[in-house]
Amino acid sequence: MASFPFSHGMVLAAALFAIGLAGVMARRNLIFVLMSIEIMLNAAGLAFIVAASRWQQPDGQVMFLFILAVAAAEVAVGLALALRIYQSLRTLDLDAINTMRG
Amino acid sequence: MPELLWLIPGLPMTGFALLALWGSRLPRVAVSLVGVGSVALSAALSVAVAVSFLASPPADHAYSLTLWQWLGIGGLQADIAFRVDPLALLMMLVITIVGALIHLYSTEYMARDEDYSRFFAYMNLFVGAMLTLVMADNLLLLYLGWEGVGLCSYLLIGFWYRDPANGKAAMKAFIVTRVGDAALAVGLFVLYTQLGTLNLEELAARAPAAWPVGSALAVLTAALLLGGAVGKSAQLPLQTWLPDAMAGPTPVSALIHAATMVTAGVYLIARTHAIFALAPTVLLVVAVVGVVTLFLAAVSALAQWDLKRVLAYSTISQIGYMFLALGVGAWSAAMFHFMTHAFFKALLFLAAGAIIMAMHEDHSIFRMGGLRHRMPLVFWTFLAGACSLSALPLVTAGFYSKDEILAAVWAADGGQWLWVMGLVGAFLTAVYSFRVVYLVFFGEAQKEPAHQPGWRMAVPLAVLAVLALVGGALNLPRSLGNLLLLDHFLEPVFAGLAQHRELTVAQEIHLQLIADVAALGGILVAWLLYRRYRADLAAVADLAVVRNLRTYWLNGWGFDWLYDRLVVRPYESLARLNRADAVDYLVHALARFVAETHRILSRTQTGEVRWYVAVLTCGVVILVAIMVLR
Repeated sequence: MASFPFSHGMVLAAALFAIGLAGVMARRNLIFVLMSIEIMLNAAGLAFIVAASRWQQPDGQVMFLFILAVAAAEVAVGLALALRIYQSLRTLDLDAINTMRG
Repeated sequence: MPELLWLIPGLPMTGFALLALWGSRLPRVAVSLVGVGSVALSAALSVAVAVSFLASPPADHAYSLTLWQWLGIGGLQADIAFRVDPLALLMMLVITIVGALIHLYSTEYMARDEDYSRFFAYMNLFVGAMLTLVMADNLLLLYLGWEGVGLCSYLLIGFWYRDPANGKAAMKAFIVTRVGDAALAVGLFVLYTQLGTLNLEELAARAPAAWPVGSALAVLTAALLLGGAVGKSAQLPLQTWLPDAMAGPTPVSALIHAATMVTAGVYLIARTHAIFALAPTVLLVVAVVGVVTLFLAAVSALAQWDLKRVLAYSTISQIGYMFLALGVGAWSAAMFHFMTHAFFKALLFLAAGAIIMAMHEDHSIFRMGGLRHRMPLVFWTFLAGACSLSALPLVTAGFYSKDEILAAVWAADGGQWLWVMGLVGAFLTAVYSFRVVYLVFFGEAQKEPAHQPGWRMAVPLAVLAVLALVGGALNLPRSLGNLLLLDHFLEPVFAGLAQHRELTVAQEIHLQLIADVAALGGILVAWLLYRRYRADLAAVADLAVVRNLRTYWLNGWGFDWLYDRLVVRPYESLARLNRADAVDYLVHALARFVAETHRILSRTQTGEVRWYVAVLTCGVVILVAIMVLR
């Protein structure tokens, strides 16, 4: 297994996280926002894997499996919510969905 | 016998509970049975206790019974415990026997009232509370009974609550007595902090050990206790509530505002005599308060037109005699007068009730008249009461008790002036008593009586009339048989106190003769003024100066006016000034602050999810920056 520097892996994870975060903040479509959240979750998972290989611990990989399961559940709930929102509000534009205003 | 003591206050309390819970659903016969029966049973028990007490006096001249511990906080321990010594026994006998008679009378007097069961519930509660008061072995339980009777007094004065005036009279009675009660409460605090106990026996033992005679604390405590007594017993300067208390039904006036509750102050002073004995100054004040009150009230009674108010002022005046007796250290004389007064004043009130009932609730003695032949039973019983009140020599109970007081006052150091005032009071008593007799029972008939008393009213009247005449036989002075039964009975309670100086028999006879002249002279003056020359004196009575004086006395020497100016009106204007309550500003400011903060914070909840994310990110960045750069 080709080794690579720890810092490269972490930078990649940080970059992915930043991309995902930018997507959450910039995108107005709910589907894209969900996808961006997936990217952020995977960035976090990547960070765990890199750290696990750096310190030769299996915990990081175990944690990634958990993240995967959580991400799957989150996507299921998130898509179901997106469907319900579209059915009742006829839009997926986040700026239009502000009915929870205090 | 002692183990049954709890039944004596317990029975009326049970009666109250039954009537309060199911009274409105019980038929009237059952209500009467519970209401009268409970008090009558407790009267029977009291008599049984008294008989066993006399037959075989217990070791320390008292039955004790501890039911359970009421409070135990730190060193403070108060039990629900009774201690029946001769003083308490005398009070119990009078309360239950006179109480039972008045309850019986009420079944007829209140027969048409729609709130029949409520009336008997309150009356039973009163008797229970009053018995708790006199039987208590510690001051805290006594205070419980003290407040209990105050509450019942309030409830019963305002019994006919549909008339707002009655409600006002009830509140006045409650608030004015509260002034005294507050002093009493502070007195209890002082006693507890200084002597570490509220048990009456321990207090009597510890007070003389801890305080020398005349020490400041003893004077302070005695003065505070006196404050409570003055409020409850309607003495100067807190006497103004009693005349207004006549708004209640007449049996209430007879039971609470004549025979029992108003004498609770006398009982309190007699009960805590050990403390008063340490404060001679306060004892002098007691005597002076008594003598001034008895004089002012007797003069006021002369000017009243309301039959019940005459009797109310007369009650104030007679309790003044009891205070006078206490003040000169004639403890048993005060209790003797309490007993005879309970008999004849209850009798007078009940007779007045029968008259008022027959006159369709008209209280004015000037619209009565000529009732002698129309209501013979009421006339003879009222006459017996009036004679006893006027202390008609030899044949009435009031003569013996008043005589004992006056003799003791004469014998006291510097008591001659007090004696003169007491004598003037006795003269005035005879005048106002027979003024009522002549105006109500003699002269032209004005109205036909609408109701003749039935047996339930007649029996109490007759029994009380007999008691009012022969009750004095319990304590015959040395000049007339020397049979001091009551004095000997009460001796263990007041043992070890400096007794008043003994008079010689010849001196006693002289004093009695003078008192006789005063009483007979009063009756004669009443006869001259209100019977013989009444028509001729109408012109004099109409003079402006006489009229003004009469109005002044009618209003009780203007005390109500004075208190209205000094206390009520300043308080009301203060309340008006502070209508937008200053304290409310503080509370409202707090509420406004919370509402405003809420409004600002709720504006951050825009519902814009992307904004939330952005703010969240900024927050994380700032937190990370702080952690890294620190």
